[in-house]
Amino acid sequence: MAPLLTMTGIKKHFGGVPALRNASLEIEPGEVHALIGQNGAGKSTLIKILTGLYRRDEGEVTFAGAPSHLSSPREAQNAGIATIYQELNLVPLRSVSENVVMGQEPKSFGFMINWPEAHKRTREILSRFGIEIDVTAPLGSYSTAIQQLVAIARAVSMDAKLVIMDEPTSSLDSSEVEILFGVVRELKSSGVSVLYVSHFLDELFQICDRVTIMRDGQTVGCREITDTSKLDLIAAMLGRNAKEIEAEGLTELAGGSAAFDEVVLAVDKVATGPRLSDFSMSLHRGEIVGLGGLLGSGRTEAARSIFGLDTLTSGTIRLKGKEFKPAEPSEAIRARIGFLTEDRKAEGIVPDMSVRENLTLALLPSLRRNGQIDRDREKELVDEFIRKLGIKTSHMDQPIRELSGGNQQKVLLARWLATKPDILILDEPTRGVDVGAKREIQAIIRTFVDEGHAVILISSEFEELVEGANRIVVMHEGKAVSELTNPGITENALVRALAHHEDATT
Amino acid sequence: MTSVTSEETMRTDYTSRLKDHGGLIALAVILVFNIIVTPNFLQTQTLAVNISQVATIAIVAMGMTLVIATGGIDLSVGAVMALSGALAPLIFLSDFGQAYPVLGLIAALLCPLLAALVCGLFNGIIVSVLKVQPIIATLILFISGRGIAQVLTNGNLQTFSNPEFSYLGTGKILGFPFQGWLALAIACLLFWVVNRTIFGRYLLAIGGNERAARLAGGPVRRVKIGAYVICSVLSGLAGLIVVAINSASDAARNGNLMELDAIAAAVVGGALLHGGKAPIFGAILGAVIIQLVKYTLLANGVEDEVALIAKAAIILAAVYIQQARKE
Repeated sequence: MAPLLTMTGIKKHFGGVPALRNASLEIEPGEVHALIGQNGAGKSTLIKILTGLYRRDEGEVTFAGAPSHLSSPREAQNAGIATIYQELNLVPLRSVSENVVMGQEPKSFGFMINWPEAHKRTREILSRFGIEIDVTAPLGSYSTAIQQLVAIARAVSMDAKLVIMDEPTSSLDSSEVEILFGVVRELKSSGVSVLYVSHFLDELFQICDRVTIMRDGQTVGCREITDTSKLDLIAAMLGRNAKEIEAEGLTELAGGSAAFDEVVLAVDKVATGPRLSDFSMSLHRGEIVGLGGLLGSGRTEAARSIFGLDTLTSGTIRLKGKEFKPAEPSEAIRARIGFLTEDRKAEGIVPDMSVRENLTLALLPSLRRNGQIDRDREKELVDEFIRKLGIKTSHMDQPIRELSGGNQQKVLLARWLATKPDILILDEPTRGVDVGAKREIQAIIRTFVDEGHAVILISSEFEELVEGANRIVVMHEGKAVSELTNPGITENALVRALAHHEDATT
Repeated sequence: MTSVTSEETMRTDYTSRLKDHGGLIALAVILVFNIIVTPNFLQTQTLAVNISQVATIAIVAMGMTLVIATGGIDLSVGAVMALSGALAPLIFLSDFGQAYPVLGLIAALLCPLLAALVCGLFNGIIVSVLKVQPIIATLILFISGRGIAQVLTNGNLQTFSNPEFSYLGTGKILGFPFQGWLALAIACLLFWVVNRTIFGRYLLAIGGNERAARLAGGPVRRVKIGAYVICSVLSGLAGLIVVAINSASDAARNGNLMELDAIAAAVVGGALLHGGKAPIFGAILGAVIIQLVKYTLLANGVEDEVALIAKAAIILAAVYIQQARKE
C-alpha cells in the first residue's frame, strides 16, 4: 500500500538559523505514528509545514498520492489534514453541536440552519467514539478531555485522512487518557491515520505503530514500536548510545560530596499545584544545584515556587535559616534572589526599551535618589556590566530587540547580577544562543558561584548540568525523586536516572 | 544592487521621518493653511481663544497617555469631568460656602479632585486587581459617573458668579489664559515623572511587557492604579476648568465626548495603544492639532458636524502611521 504521507529532505531556515536541516516523515494509511524529539528538535516546525502554516525551503511532500503544496491551514483542512492543537481552537460558549458542524451546517430552505439535523449528526459522530453528552449544552461546560474529543470528532466529520494530535494528553487525567486512546483506536480502525506528538513515552507503546525520532532539525530514525524500548528512544532523542547508557553501572553515581557548610536555601516538600507536588532541595553557598528532568517534570514550577510566582499549598522554604514565603517576585528580589526565566521574549526583555533600561529594571528601587532615578549611577553601572560581560551593543540606549539572542541574554543576566543576589535561579540560561555566547554565559555563571553565591540551574543541555552542577536533583512528574552528586555524575548516569524514573512509573 | 539599496534607504528615511514627525508636519500644514485662508488668524486674540479651548483636551489627553502607556484605556474621563464640575458649584453655593467664602473656595477645588481621585482608584483597582479589561472596567464610570453628577444637581444647570473660582477658566497670565499655563506646568511635571522617576520607568516597562516587569519586581498593580488615578484627577481638573469658563455647570454636557478627543489626541501624539510609550508633549501636540482642525473648519464656516468627520480622518491617519511604525 502506498503511504498516505511522505515528507523527504525538508529544510527550513528562519533568518539564517536552520530549524529543519533534513527532516523526513512517512505515514501509512490507518497508522498511528508517533513523532518525538527534545524541545527544539524541529517537531513543531515540521508539523507547521505539513499544515501549511510555514512554507518549506526545500524538500518534497506527497499526500494521498499527489505532490502537496499547501499554503494555509484551511487548504490543509480541505485536503484532509486536521490538527488538534494543545490549545483548543473551539468556541467554549457555543453548544457542542455548533462547534462540531461549524462551517458545514445542515441547512433548511438553503439559508436557515437545520438545528434538529445538526444535533442529530453531532450525536451520531460522538457516539461513534462512545461519547453520550447533551450536544445542546455549551462546550465550555464539559471537561478538557471531552472538549478535546469534540475537536477530534469535528476533524473526523470533515473527512480527515490524517489527524495531527499535539500533546493531546498533557491536560488529561488517566481515565480521560483512556477515553482518548479509545478514540484513537476507533480512528485507526476506520482507516484514518494519526500523527501523535507526545513527551510521554509510555503512551507511545500503548497506541502507536511506528515512531519517528527527530534531533537537531533532522529525522534520525523511524522504528516499529514493537522493535524498540524506552531506553532506546531516549538514547536516540539525546543522540547517545543505548548500550553505553545500559552499561553504565549505578555504582559510579556514588562520589565524594564536596564540603559545603552554609545552607542558604532549604526547600522542604513544597507543592504549588498538580505540576509541582513534592519538591525538596537544599542549596549551599558556592554551590550549583541542577534540576534535571524531562519537559513537564516540574523544574520551572519549582523555580517559580521559590521566586514567589506560585502560592505554596504545602511545604516550607527556609532562606538562610528563616522561613521564607514570598507572595510576589519583588519580595524574592528584596531577599536577594534572582530568576532568569526560560522564555526570554515573553518574560524577559521589554523589547522597546533600551539596553540600559532593561538592564536596570530589577534594580530600580535601589537607584532612587531625591525621588528620581540616579541617572549617573545608572549609566555607570550599565557601562560596567556591558564591559564586564562583553555585551555587544552600539550604545547603551539601543533598543534591546535589536540585539542578538546571546546579547539579550547577557543583558538579562546582568539585570540580575546587578541586584547583587545571593541566589540566582537560571532556567535554560543558554537556550537559543550561539556557541560563543553560550561559553561566555557559562563563564559568567562560574565566576558568580566562585564569589560565594549559589545557583539553581535548570537546563536541557546535559553537559551543562553534568559539568556545572555540584548536585543534580532529578525531577519527575512534579516530584523530586532522586539526587546525584558530583564528582561522579556522567551524562549517561543522568540519562539513566531520568530513564529509570520513566520506567519506574510504568 | 547599489541603486536598489539606496532607494530603499531613502524610502525608509522618508517613512521613518513621517512616523517620527508626522504630528509636527500636520501642525505646520494646518498653520500655513490658516495663515493663508482664515481671516484674522495671526492675532493674539485667536491664539488666546485656541489656548483656552485646547487646555482641557490637553490636560485630559496627558492623563489618557499615561493610562494608554500601561496598555489600558480610560473611557470615564468625560463622566469624571461632569462629576467634578457638578460638585464645585454645589460646594461654594452651599450655606457653608457662602458663610466661609475662602474655605468654601478651597473645598470647591479640593473636594471635586478628591472625588475624581476616588474614581481613578475605582478604575485602577478593577483593572489591576480584578483584572477586568480596561475598556469594560472604565465603562462602569463612563455610564454611572455622569448619572451621579446629574442626580447631584437634579439635572439642573447651575449658574453662579464667583470671580475667584472663574479665574481657573478666564484668568490670564502675561496675556495668555491661565489654563494654558496650567497645562504646560502639568506637562513638564508629567514629562519628568515619565522620564526620570521609577514610577515612570515601571509604567513604560509594564506597558512594554507586563510579565517581564512583574518578574523584575515591578509593582504592577500599584503603578497601574497610579496611572488611572492621575488620569482621573486630571479629568477632574479639566471638569473644573470647563465650569469656570462658563460660570455654569451643566452635568449633561460637561466633558461630553471628551474620552474620544483625549484618546484621539494621545494617539495622534504617538501613544501606542498596546502600551509602552508615553509621549506627554505628543499628547499636547495631538490636542493642538485636533483643536486647530476644529477651529479652522469653524472659522471658515464649515459646520460642526463636518468637523467631526475631519476629526475621524485625523485619527485614521494617526492609526495608519502607527501601524506602519509597528512593522
